[in-house]
Amino acid sequence: MNRDLRFTALKKTPFHSRTSLASRTNKYYNWNGFTVPTEYSTTELEYTAARNGTSVMDLTPMCKYMINGSDANKFVDYLVTRDLSQMEDNTVAYIIWCNEDGKVMDDGTIFKFSNTKFMLCCAVKIYNWLHDSAEGFDVSFEDATDTTAALAIQGPTSCSTLKNYGADDLELLKPFGMKQYNINGYDVLISRTGFTGDLGYELWTDPANAENMWDSIMEAGKELKIRPFGMHALEMTRIEAGFIQTNTDFMAAEDSLRPVRMRSPYEIGMGWLVHLNKESYFVGKRALKKEKETGNSERCLVGLDIDGDKPAVGSVIYNEKKEDIGIVTAAMWSPTMKRNVALASLKRPYGIKIKENIFAEIYHPEELEYKKIWAKCKVVKRQFFSPERRNKVPADLYE
Amino acid sequence: MAKNTHDVIVIGAGHNGLTAASYMAKAGLDVVVLEKNEWIGGAAVSRELYPGWKYSNCSYVCSLLRPEIMRDLELYKYGLQIIPYEGSATMMRNGDYYAHYHDHDMTINSIRRHSHKDAEAYERYSRDVLRQCKIIKPLLKMTPPDLTSFKPKDLFGALEFAKHFAAKDELGGLGEKEIYDTIRFYTMSIRDYLDEYFESDITKAHLAGSAIIGTALGPCSPGSAYVLLHHYMGEVDGSVGAWGYSRGGMGSITKAMTGCLNAHGGEVKPDNEVVNVITKNGRAIGVATKKGDEYYAKKIVSNLDVKRTFLKITEESSLPGEFVERVKNFKIRGSSGKLNIALDGLPEFPCIPEGDPGGGGDMHFTETIEEMEGAYDDWKRGEWSRNPYVDMCIPSKSDPTMAAPGKHYMSVFIQYVPFNLANGGWNEERKQEFGRHIVDCIAEFSPNFKDLINHYEVRTPLELDNEVGLTEGNIFQGELTMDQLMFNRPVPGYAQYRTPLKNMYMCSSSTHPGGGVMGAPGANAAREVLIDMNIPQTGNYY
Repeated sequence: MNRDLRFTALKKTPFHSRTSLASRTNKYYNWNGFTVPTEYSTTELEYTAARNGTSVMDLTPMCKYMINGSDANKFVDYLVTRDLSQMEDNTVAYIIWCNEDGKVMDDGTIFKFSNTKFMLCCAVKIYNWLHDSAEGFDVSFEDATDTTAALAIQGPTSCSTLKNYGADDLELLKPFGMKQYNINGYDVLISRTGFTGDLGYELWTDPANAENMWDSIMEAGKELKIRPFGMHALEMTRIEAGFIQTNTDFMAAEDSLRPVRMRSPYEIGMGWLVHLNKESYFVGKRALKKEKETGNSERCLVGLDIDGDKPAVGSVIYNEKKEDIGIVTAAMWSPTMKRNVALASLKRPYGIKIKENIFAEIYHPEELEYKKIWAKCKVVKRQFFSPERRNKVPADLYE
Repeated sequence: MAKNTHDVIVIGAGHNGLTAASYMAKAGLDVVVLEKNEWIGGAAVSRELYPGWKYSNCSYVCSLLRPEIMRDLELYKYGLQIIPYEGSATMMRNGDYYAHYHDHDMTINSIRRHSHKDAEAYERYSRDVLRQCKIIKPLLKMTPPDLTSFKPKDLFGALEFAKHFAAKDELGGLGEKEIYDTIRFYTMSIRDYLDEYFESDITKAHLAGSAIIGTALGPCSPGSAYVLLHHYMGEVDGSVGAWGYSRGGMGSITKAMTGCLNAHGGEVKPDNEVVNVITKNGRAIGVATKKGDEYYAKKIVSNLDVKRTFLKITEESSLPGEFVERVKNFKIRGSSGKLNIALDGLPEFPCIPEGDPGGGGDMHFTETIEEMEGAYDDWKRGEWSRNPYVDMCIPSKSDPTMAAPGKHYMSVFIQYVPFNLANGGWNEERKQEFGRHIVDCIAEFSPNFKDLINHYEVRTPLELDNEVGLTEGNIFQGELTMDQLMFNRPVPGYAQYRTPLKNMYMCSSSTHPGGGVMGAPGANAAREVLIDMNIPQTGNYY
């Protein structure tokens, strides 16, 4: 029995004492039941830190599950659409998983420690889904969301920052690699992963180490343009990187109130993660195989390069006959590329066979009036921005 | 003996009668509403039975009242204000509690204290229930089609009805798979339904409450899942399933409706009990009151339940025999009681931490579905539940108009209480014994509760029948089971608000879409009357 009222309010992360101190705006939002900053100072400055120095973001609210057991390897391969049979220990893979109808439930990253131990990180809670799917597998699950503190350390100087913090030889870590460290007396797992499409790392540790880790990293990055980074800035970087966000760019199958909103991997540009030739069965394989064979995918998710400089937030997309062919799911003016970009969900064949003569109707607010803009769009690769430093080994150091 | 002539007579000034009357008055008709009691409101009343305390004597919370009715009748102009709940809680005998909040994520965190899996299952559960609410919502303001008729109106109506179940997204409907779920939902017991999602007893017990309130079904009875849906399909400003208080008690709703009616030239005449419908050649032409007055009108609309309308105030000889038989068989079993309590201060409930918003709305103390079913077993034997399910709330925590500052009004709804009490039926002594029993049950969870009581009103199904006019005290004016819903409500062939008597209509909760302070039956009935009179109408129910 617990009478502590905090149990029934939104939770604070183990970094809260630090993030709230760093916040100059007191702007918070609710992420998966946790209170976390949307913005610390100004979003533009925070965004720039991710493209110029080191940005630090509290990732703790991400759902994190430990998957253990002698069948863990088999189970994970069964759960996701990607073929993970060749995955090496101490690496990370980007994955999606579907329900039996072949509709995407969520995307995430899977961390492989060994054939019997994995960690899964994702946006939507799937503790029950894991249990329901595990019948017949010798595997157990632990929800580590509350028991693992996590920080994203991203940006061109992030490797140097973390080396100063105590992560020796970190520059040699390959993209999607991970390495276990012991720093300041605590175990810290560092993976070369992130949501900014830049050089960057994610750190996983015991909540008891959270405050010390935050303070030490801030100190380590003092001369390397380090800055805490809120959700708004992350949204900008992830759009530039072309990363999709569940329940923003597509509806999670299990969250869709309207069944017609559910999307298959082919409809959100994730067909490359579906390995139909994978030997064993995986959840949704039957439906996905059929969809691939019949080619009856209805939608697609594409990148748009849009004329003008007014972000096409929430815009409806039209063809030249002014017929509604889709909607913008995320849009921004990119400060780095000086391009007006967007992610859009379109009705096929638009976006696949027809890439020309597509228009966005943009309503741009101008001092209590809307300016209606009819902007021409080009269908482009969704990954708008991918600097060379992102995948370089050894990683760039600033010494 | 006075003779009065109007365009329309409405029998009964409850919320549906007043809704129907207001819509018809707005359309330009001369409407009079005859009410048997000295006060207005039917089961949506606020009365001061103890000086300084206002009670919501019958219905006590608001969610189902259709927002489009509030809008059409401009009820805000006449003082209606809905105050949303902050949360709800079930207290446990081990001192712990289970809470629900206005904020979804806070609710998830709260459920997680009892079961990790249930916290996630709640997301799936809320989505599935919301889906069903979405299908049912447009049906609320439709006249159910007659499935045996080949009139174009009924054929189109049937299609319209069906499309909300079968149609794809663009029309507001669902996919094929979800239609199976709908049929299951309408026929399952709430226990079986919740077992498909949840593992912890307390989560299930808290959620199951909505499935038994007001019904003579137990949580294991097939059909109880629909009752839950019926309680969920309301909303407070787009927040589906949310409940709130009506500022000033539930009487403010009927008071505002009366205000609208008066503003459009209509009138309510309290203390005028209709005892007889006057018929001539198979047509209803007027009514006679207990006082001996006669009122004549072109149309007569009864807001009494279908049994009272056709078995008490209408001559059986003027009706088809089969119809009368069907009405007699209409299930309208009373199962609920109520205590309205004037408190000298705020009672303490040590299970719920001070300041926890969970204590701001409805509170309960039934921990398992088995307990609930046990309470139902007592009812089947004609006894009040020894361990009852209660839905109690303290509206004065949110509403400053119910009692003086620092004083409180508490509403306690009790499930189950029989209409026909075993061993001799209800009398004053047994009614008080029932009241004391409930006070004792609550006092188990609140040490200072008894000391704070200034006065309380005990209501058994018998009072609800005699005073409010709900046959057998059934708060929905008829069970909400599939055999009595939609085109079967109240009886097959008469689901379109019309009756075997020409010029006579029904607008009560005995008609589609059923009970609760919803107003939809009244608004739907008004539309049918106006259609028959070829009177153009505007608003959301046209």
